[in-house]
Amino acid sequence: MGIILIGERINGSFKDVGKAIQEKNKSVILDWVAKQTAAGADYLDVNMGAASRSTDDFAWLVRTVAEATMLPLSIDCNRLDMFSTGLKAHRETVGERPVLINSTTAEDSKLIPLLELAAEYKASIIGVVMDERGSPQDVDRRLELGGKIFAAALEAGLSTEQIFLDPIVMPVKFMQDQAKYVLDAVQQMTMLSDPPPHISVGLSNVASKTEQRKLINRTYMVMAMAMGLDAAILNVCDEEMMQAIATAEILLGQEIYSDAYLKAYRQRASSTSA
Amino acid sequence: MIRDSKWESRISNPFDRVLKHEGVQMIPDTKKPWGGRIHTVTIGATQDEGGTRSSTVTIGGSATLPYLNFEGACGKPALAMEVWDVYPQDWPDLLKEPFGDAMQDPARWAKACCDMGADLICLRLAGCHPDRANRSAAEAAETVKQVLKAVSLPLIIWGSGNAEKDNDIFPAVAEAAAGENCLIGTITEGNYKTLTAVCTAYKHKLIAESPCDVNIAKQVNILAQDMGFSVENIVIYPTTAALGYGLEYIYSVMERARLAGLKGDRMLGQPILCDIGAEAWGVKEARVSEAEIPEWGDQSRRAPLWEAATASVYLVCGSDLVILRHPGALQAVKKTVAELAGASVAPATA
Repeated sequence: MGIILIGERINGSFKDVGKAIQEKNKSVILDWVAKQTAAGADYLDVNMGAASRSTDDFAWLVRTVAEATMLPLSIDCNRLDMFSTGLKAHRETVGERPVLINSTTAEDSKLIPLLELAAEYKASIIGVVMDERGSPQDVDRRLELGGKIFAAALEAGLSTEQIFLDPIVMPVKFMQDQAKYVLDAVQQMTMLSDPPPHISVGLSNVASKTEQRKLINRTYMVMAMAMGLDAAILNVCDEEMMQAIATAEILLGQEIYSDAYLKAYRQRASSTSA
Repeated sequence: MIRDSKWESRISNPFDRVLKHEGVQMIPDTKKPWGGRIHTVTIGATQDEGGTRSSTVTIGGSATLPYLNFEGACGKPALAMEVWDVYPQDWPDLLKEPFGDAMQDPARWAKACCDMGADLICLRLAGCHPDRANRSAAEAAETVKQVLKAVSLPLIIWGSGNAEKDNDIFPAVAEAAAGENCLIGTITEGNYKTLTAVCTAYKHKLIAESPCDVNIAKQVNILAQDMGFSVENIVIYPTTAALGYGLEYIYSVMERARLAGLKGDRMLGQPILCDIGAEAWGVKEARVSEAEIPEWGDQSRRAPLWEAATASVYLVCGSDLVILRHPGALQAVKKTVAELAGASVAPATA
């Protein structure tokens, strides 16, 4: 059970990974597969960032990661042809293993084709609550778009547990009031259905350009978990973050307490990699 | 209106029939399958597997709550009978009668249990306790060998209950049973290193004991795993209380552990053992004769019934392995298990 952690590190926006993609250097990528798996990731996000715009490069990256891990992948890009290429490469490499589409918005032109793709590949999908009007600035608009994505995904044949809603975390440094709105939105999204869809955030955005990134990230993470957040894209190699998450799971009664609960949490990670 | 297929349940639901009968399904099926499954633990090793047992016993494997077999796999509990390494002076006569002087010899006693239909033998090294015969490690190891030679059922080996003495005898005992894949106990939060190490070395399974406390049950498993012992090779023993003597507390702890295990908590995903005979035969409802309390009726029926009733309660909250003393209780519990496993729990809706 517990929270679903999506490891963010295989992203071309990081210099080492970007360079590795351009040079087709597998070892850097495989290193991050191993590190994030050992740290306790449940999914590995795969994103080219600005390193390349080529679908061939993306197929290479997806294949490289998929064949190196038993963990499901989060196929992270923003072009439809890129998603098709990524999902196809994934299926060719590992067959029908679970996979996550990261992500769609609520815009019909994106939402409908991506949901079709999700149904075709039996993939889960993250729906980010923004549309052609941009990012929502309040709670209600977040819920309205979340509801729209949720209903459309069910209509497309996805099950509740395949649907992740992302209420869009904003940088606290520039949009301080949004931090609280997102928390309220998380809580209200848990009431969309019973059982509710997963609720996921791209966590690190909250601490963007701040001087206390790690502290802000992990504080916000446990606050959001208390509101019902059950998934996040984040740096799973941040040990203090993982300890805060393990502790939050105990305090929320999601895990049974034991004196060595931090040890058990780490061992959970080593067992999935075995 | 939502079509049927979208809400197709993963596990067959007795209520589906009603809804489907109407032609449409009005209520979405929001049943979630359990995320986890109780580990299976195999005890004993046949010749092919490096031992000398005629067969092995596998417990655990439940994918849902006990006896909800319409919903998923339910592990079949195993019934062990208890044998001591020394003559059990303080056992009531009622318990001694069925075995006669076979009790003078653990090998013959074990053989008798075998003939009575036990699935496994639990050899308790009570005689090694300093307050009893204070038998040595070498003597204990010899007894283990004799019992292994006399019977071909898988073996549970239980220490004397004195932590210091047990650490002294376990290495020799585990070595004597090497290759036989025994279930040996117990480790506790305060004393786990020796037995965990020897069970790793000689490839035996472990019983992890906790004092009616789910947090400590989890803790002991983490400690064993931290020493490199796989939690898939552990059976948990959350202590046992006899009917009328705090059984409901153990019941709650077992229920919590089992729910967590089924939800996917690996540190509580173990089969559960209950030490029934030792507890049930320690209470006055089993020990007092009809002459002393006439209204309690015939002790020869009452006492085994007390043992069987205690076992039955633990079986319905998830016990995968029970240790019994009286052959009458063994038969009664066997019957209960068969009835529970065969019963249809689904409401008659068709």
